[in-house]
Amino acid sequence: MATTSITIDETPRIRSFLALADDALILGHRTSEWTGHAPTLEEELALANIALDLIGQARALYQATGYAEDALAYLRDPPQFRNALIAELPNGDFAFTIARLFLVSAASDLFWRGAMGATDPDLAAIAAKAEKETAYHVRHAAEWLIRLGDGTDESHRRAQEALDTLWPYTGEITASVDREAWLAVVAPILARATLAQPAESWMQAGGREGRHTEYLGHLLAEMQILPRSYPGAAW
Amino acid sequence: MYSQALNTKDTAAADASPDADRFQARIDAEERIEPNDWMPEAYRRTLIRQISQHAHSEVVGMLPEGNWITRAPSLRRKAALLAKVQDEGGHGLYLYSAAETLGVSREELTDQLLSGRAKYSSIFNYPTLSWADIGTIGWLVDGAAIMNQIPLCRCSFGPYARAMIRVCREESFHQRQGYEIMLTLCRGTPEQKAMAQDALNRWWWPCLMMFGPPDTESAHSDTSMRWKIKRFTNDALRQKFVDATVPQGQFLGLTFPDPELRLDEASGHWQFGTIDWDEFRRVLAGNGPCNRDRLTARQKAHAEGAWVRDAALAHAAKQQRKAA
Repeated sequence: MATTSITIDETPRIRSFLALADDALILGHRTSEWTGHAPTLEEELALANIALDLIGQARALYQATGYAEDALAYLRDPPQFRNALIAELPNGDFAFTIARLFLVSAASDLFWRGAMGATDPDLAAIAAKAEKETAYHVRHAAEWLIRLGDGTDESHRRAQEALDTLWPYTGEITASVDREAWLAVVAPILARATLAQPAESWMQAGGREGRHTEYLGHLLAEMQILPRSYPGAAW
Repeated sequence: MYSQALNTKDTAAADASPDADRFQARIDAEERIEPNDWMPEAYRRTLIRQISQHAHSEVVGMLPEGNWITRAPSLRRKAALLAKVQDEGGHGLYLYSAAETLGVSREELTDQLLSGRAKYSSIFNYPTLSWADIGTIGWLVDGAAIMNQIPLCRCSFGPYARAMIRVCREESFHQRQGYEIMLTLCRGTPEQKAMAQDALNRWWWPCLMMFGPPDTESAHSDTSMRWKIKRFTNDALRQKFVDATVPQGQFLGLTFPDPELRLDEASGHWQFGTIDWDEFRRVLAGNGPCNRDRLTARQKAHAEGAWVRDAALAHAAKQQRKAA
């Protein structure tokens, strides 16, 4: 009987790996949606690079759980996904994509830096590679956010709107790092971008428990269509 | 990904000047022409057109394959496809740079593409309908591109020749990757095998058209041959492609959609049926399944990116003022 679903024994280790991997996969998926549609050819290449890094991180993390990477990516239903909600939000305009990439990468980079000294050898090894990649994502997104915030009236307005929309989704991504440390990375970039830092208030949550936005189901329906339609086939 | 054999519109600029004689002598001696060297205007125009069409093809070519990135059936395939499409963007970038050495700007060339004045390879006006199309594009479209492009590594214009060396290296990797997708499908379930056969049925004839019109109609390639921009005729390259590809398809256990395909024992070449040149001309003229979609997608990306590019310029100008 071909497999059409997967049951996971979610130990705390596996759960934490899935949260990291799902963040990377879902954000990688969103980033890959830009392919062929980016504002410049150079940015096509940069966004594809970043998507590739994220998908690579997801694969390494899935593999470290002991489950088959494709079973985890393609055969789980939305409630089994542990990613933060911010990763699954649609790309919006370029300002939204960049602002999200910056906010998420700034948190990821802090996490990976800490995880380089983890006692779990898999996590430490993945962190060593992921930190280098993520540091570049932070730099790339920050440079763009500064350009957009400090660019034209229109780009400033779009960047500020993106930031305001995204801010309530940042609680989940900073739960595993020191939010003050994260703010210390984020605030100076916002200042250089002449963007107003949104007030700290109520935060969206639920992704880690599998309670997602309306968007994840659509994303997974698209991503999983082939393995779901042809159970057991190898590709 | 690909350069389409061109029907050069310029007639040979039979410049009888001493410069032109020296130029032709250098070409005959297999010397490379560099951007600052003297060259006939027609040579420059031909190259600008060919290199920019090639660049446009790479950029438009990102769309049909990009169509499957979000639906790639495994994470390994997803990463490989994303990397492949990224390579194509990279090819576009250094081909535009090669064209710029001839005194034309990327903006100008982009305008020509977006306004529909410039051509790109017609093969990208066909849709990617199943995952097997991704395998088929790698196997056949990239395979045909390699046949076209390997001779371009010895093109008389240095920057183009050098770009082609790198492009060909990446293309042959893509071609192997595509064939491996086909092999996996053909060894898979009956549905997967049917998917592969269907893709071959749809892509085979358009791929043969990639080499351009038959030599009997390609009167202008003489000039390109004399200038060593082009080294083989369209028909010669097409035959080479068929000869290389048919055994590969047989190994997959697939049937080519050509009842007339047969091995001519005497010549050792595979003979094939008549290409529907009406379809070729129709698609080239804008009436293919995806011409409108492809151009609209590029126009939309460009238009929606305008405020981003404006922002980058505005920020750079502010920085400059601050530094001054």
